[in-house]
Amino acid sequence: MKPTDISAPDYFHKVVDCQWACPAHTPVPEYIRLIAAGRYSDAYMINWRSNVFPGILGRTCDRPCEPACRRGRVEDTPVAICRLKRVAADFKDDVKHRMPKPMAKNGKRIAIVGGGPASLTVARDLAPLGYHCTVFDSDPKAGGMMRTQIPKFRLPDSVIDEETDYILNLGIEFKGGHRIDSLKQLLTENFDAVFVGSGAPRGRELEIPGRKEAAANIHIGIEWLASVSFEHVSKIGKRVIVLGGGNTAMDCCRTARRLGGEDVKVIVRSGFEEMKASPWEKEDALHEDIPILNFMVPIAFIHDNGKLTGVTFQKVKAEYDANGRRNLVPAGEADETINCDDVLVAVGQENAFPWIERDCGIEFDKWNMPKVDARTFVSTNPKVFFGGDAAFGPKNIIWAVAHGHDAALSIHKMLSGEDITERPLPEVNVSSQKMGIHEWSYDNDISNDKRYKVPHRDKVIALKDIRAEVELGYDVKLALGEAHRCLNCDVQTVFAAPLCIECDACVDICPMDCINFTENGEEADLRTRLKAPSLHPDQDLYVADGLKTGRVMVKDEDVCLHCGLCAERCPTGAWDMQKYLIDMTHAGTSCPSKARSAA
Amino acid sequence: MTYIAKPKFQHPGLPKNDLGFTHRDYEGKVSTLCAGCGHDSITASIIEACFELSIEPHRVAKISGIGCSSKTPDYFLGNSHGFNSVHGRMPSVLTGANLANRDLIYLGVSGDGDSASIGFGQFAHSIRRGVNMTYIVENNGVYGLTKGQFSATADRGSKSKKGLINSDSPIDLVAIALQLGASFVARSFSGDKTQLVPLIAAAIQHKGAAFIDVISPCVAFNNHAGSTKSFDYVREHNDAVNRLDVISGRDPITVDYAPGTVQLVEQHDGTRIALRKIDADYDPHDRVGAMSFLQKHAAKGQIVTGLLYVDPESDDLHSHLDTVEVPLNTLDAGDLCPGTAALEKINASLR
Repeated sequence: MKPTDISAPDYFHKVVDCQWACPAHTPVPEYIRLIAAGRYSDAYMINWRSNVFPGILGRTCDRPCEPACRRGRVEDTPVAICRLKRVAADFKDDVKHRMPKPMAKNGKRIAIVGGGPASLTVARDLAPLGYHCTVFDSDPKAGGMMRTQIPKFRLPDSVIDEETDYILNLGIEFKGGHRIDSLKQLLTENFDAVFVGSGAPRGRELEIPGRKEAAANIHIGIEWLASVSFEHVSKIGKRVIVLGGGNTAMDCCRTARRLGGEDVKVIVRSGFEEMKASPWEKEDALHEDIPILNFMVPIAFIHDNGKLTGVTFQKVKAEYDANGRRNLVPAGEADETINCDDVLVAVGQENAFPWIERDCGIEFDKWNMPKVDARTFVSTNPKVFFGGDAAFGPKNIIWAVAHGHDAALSIHKMLSGEDITERPLPEVNVSSQKMGIHEWSYDNDISNDKRYKVPHRDKVIALKDIRAEVELGYDVKLALGEAHRCLNCDVQTVFAAPLCIECDACVDICPMDCINFTENGEEADLRTRLKAPSLHPDQDLYVADGLKTGRVMVKDEDVCLHCGLCAERCPTGAWDMQKYLIDMTHAGTSCPSKARSAA
Repeated sequence: MTYIAKPKFQHPGLPKNDLGFTHRDYEGKVSTLCAGCGHDSITASIIEACFELSIEPHRVAKISGIGCSSKTPDYFLGNSHGFNSVHGRMPSVLTGANLANRDLIYLGVSGDGDSASIGFGQFAHSIRRGVNMTYIVENNGVYGLTKGQFSATADRGSKSKKGLINSDSPIDLVAIALQLGASFVARSFSGDKTQLVPLIAAAIQHKGAAFIDVISPCVAFNNHAGSTKSFDYVREHNDAVNRLDVISGRDPITVDYAPGTVQLVEQHDGTRIALRKIDADYDPHDRVGAMSFLQKHAAKGQIVTGLLYVDPESDDLHSHLDTVEVPLNTLDAGDLCPGTAALEKINASLR
């Protein structure tokens, strides 16, 4: 293998699995260390710069970081990264004075359609640079789906208000209750750029017999959740069936339990394991006595002269074809009718752009989605950008934020007369953590603790009040325990071959048998010759040459604990522990890099 | 030394031996020796050999004297019996323990000071008696604990870290072990685990006095230019006569060897060693040949390593003394006090 180029920004970035997996590339280990040090405000600001909504995401994020967490490959469960983010938000001091100060207006005007996470990220990145940002939303308050679709018992209004206010206070014009009905019209209003972050606002229909007749008691999930949020709906029948297996279905069933639903069931087509909902959301639903029935396909709504009485299901089973693709085929059992008073349909969301005229320079593809560049987020109209669910269909908040950053950078470059396809490299800082002999500026003693549970409000009380937040969050002590579980993957093992005397001290001390000194070979061959088997070929091998014996040092990054024992036992300092901080490129100086690292 | 304990987590794919243990289960405490010490590699090799042989840790007694090397039994086999004895007295303590309980595996760990100076006589007598043990000398040629004076195994003409030239002749423990009748004699290098681990495994399986001299560079005081026990010097002058694979059990040999390159040695307990010859003329069953081979190569400044001598028909002290077959602690009162009639018989035989 060729020696690893550790100066390439991506190499060490990949080693920080959580940060690499995060669409916004939040420096996770950095803020977790700050939480452990009690520096909650600093931890919050690191998050705020990367993901804009730490308090909201600390409660609702899809957490792509956690399945990626190295701890999950070392023991049973990953670090509770998401809930630690909430800790930073919960325990921080007043941070208003740390927010960017709006610069003098530069005279350029940006129209932002929709007031959700992607739109607000664009506004936050651009407003401090002097752009005049106008955010239009049909709802009276900012937040988009975060406010309308996520139940209050998961995300209180106060948290949304706080974090949307940080952005709106940057001198942004927010036009609530103002729906944009025509892009053509908007384009005539002399905006220098338009960002479309209008989400995926339409719930998918379920066209099966009885749908029209029994319509009074059949509700589309996201619309119903929005109605609950605006308090247009305050009760539901005793027996409720929720159709669908995503996170919206989980929100629907738990909301129904709080509005009078006593016998609430979730019924999904697929198997329980393949449901789209996050495992922890399924857990929360089950905890609230909501059974999840699987392998049942709804085939008809049953009604008595227009009054819904139940739903009939066909029983199916999963079969896998030669390519491993799953097909649901009839199980050969009798159909089953389950009685109910109301049905909530949460079988997916769709984009809808009835307000974009097809002749204003924006091309649509065969799925009726706008053609959007995946890197720059520009549409075929060079002045119009898309992001969030509006760009590539329904995803989640953290993806919307990531899109927003990239779109804001494109808008800023375009309006500065630069080529938007040139994306500046991130700024990377790698610095030794050595403080003295066997002393490091990070805590390298590995905690053996198991993942700490987040305390929940008592179920009886929680089910009585739809606004009572169920999760109470970690207290300081639990947070400290959980923070210590972080392996500090951003503190990298850096090897200097010219200093190495090949004494094997690092090989002998490494608790995970990561380090090898061996003859070089092709990667596939090297992976078979490691001291401990290579279990994850997607995890890189760190290869260094230039040793006296002509061998190479090969380190499997997979389960390295970053405990630094290799560096402690190295007699010549050939191993060093160096902290890697990567500063993702955002628009202009809205995130000044010098202030980026609080540590 | 390292302040933190070695983390308990281990690689999820670590191989397990017949007992279900990983090599981590054969570890002891974290080493307090200098970072980079060759002794730590020998520790790791002992761990690996015991893991590969699926030895139950409680069947091992590890005994040492005084010195850097003699600290190391604390760093391996944390669940074994151990005795850190007086300077140079490891062989006597080991001999006594072995006589009392012949069922344990005896691992004597010593250094060049412990075995070639203060304990030279003890070393000699345990070898000539054929005590069933694995006697490992972690040989760095200096007194590390007292800041690097030459030890008795330092080569004449080699230079100390301070710049002094050694004027004394060295003691070659391998040559002496051969002369005193050790039935298994090997030399290896701490920086070459692929050679060392099978040697230790074969020595543990050997019945009789098995002696291994392991050159182990002292990173703090003897790893400079002019030293003959530095990593660089040993790597440059290492003349390995053979490599071996230990074949435990009686399974058929599945490894393909080119014809004529391998010599199979069956040991007393039925285990076999496959010796892959590097030096075609070297015969590891020829004690006298081995001695002269060593002398010739030493004169050329070469360090001969590998399995230098093995006696497949070896015996041990217990056979020589015709002792009781079982450990003394399993004998009951009836065995120990056979009664008046037995006493009469013994007395009669002596009249």
